[in-house]
Amino acid sequence: MRREHPFSAPYVAQFTRARATLPGRGLPWLSGLRDRAIERFSSLDFPTPKVEEWKFTNLAPLTKTVFGPGPAKAGEDAGDAVQGFLMEETPCHLLVFVDGRYRPRLSAVGDLPAGAEVTTLAAALKARPDMLESHLGGGTAIDEKPFVALNTAFMADGAVLTLEPGVALDRPVHFLYMASAHEAPVVTHPRTLVLAGRGSAATVLESYIGAGSRTYWTNAVTDVVVDEGAALKHYRLQAEGAKAFHIAATEVRLARDSRYESFVLAVGGRLARNEIAASLNGINIDCRLSGAYLARDRQHIDNTTLIDHAQPECHSRQVYKGVLDGKAHAVFQGKIVVRPQAQKTDAHQLNKNLLLSETARVDTKPELEIHADDVKCSHGASVGELDTEALFYLRARGIDAGHARNMLIEAFVGETFEHISSPPMRAHLERMASSWLPSRHQGGAP
Amino acid sequence: MAKKTPLLEVKDLHVKVEGKNILRGIDLTVKAGEVHAVMGPNGSGKSTLAHVLAGREGYEVTKGGVRFAGSDLLAMAPEERAREGLFLAFQYPVEIPGVSGMNFLKSALNEMRKHRRLPELDAMDFLTLAREKMRLLEIDEKLIQRAVNVGFSGGEKKRNEVFQMAMLEPRLAVLDETDSGLDIDALKIVANGVNSMRSPDRAIILITHYQRLLDYVVPDKVHVLAHGRIAKSGGRKLALELEKKGYGAFGQSAASVAA
Ligand SMILES: Nc1ncnc2c1ncn2[C@@H]1O[C@H](COP(=O)(O)OP(=O)(O)OP(=O)(O)O)[C@@H](O)[C@H]1O
Ligand SMILES: [Mg+2]
Repeated sequence: MRREHPFSAPYVAQFTRARATLPGRGLPWLSGLRDRAIERFSSLDFPTPKVEEWKFTNLAPLTKTVFGPGPAKAGEDAGDAVQGFLMEETPCHLLVFVDGRYRPRLSAVGDLPAGAEVTTLAAALKARPDMLESHLGGGTAIDEKPFVALNTAFMADGAVLTLEPGVALDRPVHFLYMASAHEAPVVTHPRTLVLAGRGSAATVLESYIGAGSRTYWTNAVTDVVVDEGAALKHYRLQAEGAKAFHIAATEVRLARDSRYESFVLAVGGRLARNEIAASLNGINIDCRLSGAYLARDRQHIDNTTLIDHAQPECHSRQVYKGVLDGKAHAVFQGKIVVRPQAQKTDAHQLNKNLLLSETARVDTKPELEIHADDVKCSHGASVGELDTEALFYLRARGIDAGHARNMLIEAFVGETFEHISSPPMRAHLERMASSWLPSRHQGGAP
Repeated sequence: MAKKTPLLEVKDLHVKVEGKNILRGIDLTVKAGEVHAVMGPNGSGKSTLAHVLAGREGYEVTKGGVRFAGSDLLAMAPEERAREGLFLAFQYPVEIPGVSGMNFLKSALNEMRKHRRLPELDAMDFLTLAREKMRLLEIDEKLIQRAVNVGFSGGEKKRNEVFQMAMLEPRLAVLDETDSGLDIDALKIVANGVNSMRSPDRAIILITHYQRLLDYVVPDKVHVLAHGRIAKSGGRKLALELEKKGYGAFGQSAASVAA
């Protein structure tokens, strides 16, 4: 049903004004795609909790503000803020975007092996538009997902990684999207593309971070294609500012014999949704999604996953753990689809939550849709509190209450980081998570 | 010369648990250098006393009090009591998945050292000390590297408690049935560990059901706790007497505490 005054209307109007200035305007396929996308967004509009996929995440706070396009020039204060989020001691191929714009002076692409390319969407649209055509419009996501449609209409820049068949990167690739401090509420639509050719291998980190305490909106979309026998480790840090909105969708297409490992650490934002949809389109695919979310105050963090087993003999594993304090609200929706031909599917999902306060809340909803008979599928979910016996035991040995709590919290979430098979990445994300723990910034007093 | 302040002074201690009177006027004085044994039927309140001393939540002190080295023990948080030198070896040591035994004990020890104004130990010094104490208690180093008590056998848990005591060097150690569930050899090892801790500045309270432990760790005093009171106190002969006659004389057979 259309609203009388759709929340999408201001964005449609912005699009009409911006249309002629968006990158790639000389490409008819792209202009057509953008037009189709904005039309889709206009008719889908901002979903209400009546839409099943958004049942537990109410976007009312997001619709209260009309977000505008960013200023012509990004803030100059970004450099320092970026520093704290770079990987220590591990050289990376680094691309930094501030307020949606590529910042070469903060970036360090470095030398890449032949057959590997790290570039920006804006540059790729100029240099190799045909390569992008088949990937950007790909799939049905823009028809079903309003924010993917919105991103597609406005996308102007973002990071692109392409690997020719057989190319393996030694160093991780780090795409860092940073929001600087603005007066006016701004929305950016970063678009990331990772194309891993046959038998290639890479490790990619996407970081979404915010400086300052302004309200802004990051509407991110990432397209991932992992070709036959390729292996991609794909990590994500969501550490947006305290008043930020973060809506992100990752669309993953996996071919036979490929391996995909994803880890999402979500600690930031006022309202954040991270959606990963992986389609397993060949046999013998190994797909592992894991993550940790740490929320406090009035933060709302939503992790929504879809694993679509379209072909036989694939494995999928999901382990997500969350710690919630204050009035935080977390959502985990994990859907596993096993299509009729996907026999010998092995799919497992686990979601565990630790509530540190009586006012924290979690909605966890596993969903299995199984159309094949010879499959192994399981799911589990739990919501618990800190073990008071364990707390007392630690305190009875002289460890103060605050430190004891943190030891137990770390022990709870620590386990998820074992799913990060890249050691430097694990160390980095553990460091990003540890800065969240209360005692670390309050000095450890009980 | 002024009389030395007792290390522990429990006076007319009354404690309720979930609205039920469990301790009904405990009087117990322990001086530095002494070893006391507390015996008594199941459910008589021995662990309750130990927990109240250590500061566990859920116990309501309705009357009386406890002084530890002259200070009001009950006013302190559990961690303060530990840092002041009180140690409880748990009857049921708690499993803590995900917390490594080494990290846990190093944190604990360094808290004690900070409190005693000693420099913190680094990883190497800690390990050297830990190895020395592990040898004493014949504990395999691998055990301590695992998560705290997770998957330990009953005996291993008990030995780990004594190992922690040896590391933390308390002024008063309360051992709640540390001998239960130990095989004969382990009992000797644990007794040996406890004896090595005996010193003129330290006191030990052994809660036990068995005279056997007291053959190895000879107590200065033995108390019988029944119905939430110290029903009788005496020398080590009292333990031998109990072994023969049971607790019938104290009007309480196993697990029959009146509410
Ligand atoms: N949390 C509790 N809720 C209710 N009753 C309790 C609780 N804790 C202890 N009690 C009761 O208090 C009484 C004393 O228990 P306590 O554990 O102190 O006995 P004990 O002397 O240590 O026995 P045992 O020799 O079996 O270890 C028992 O009747 C027990 O059921
Ligand atoms: Mg007991």
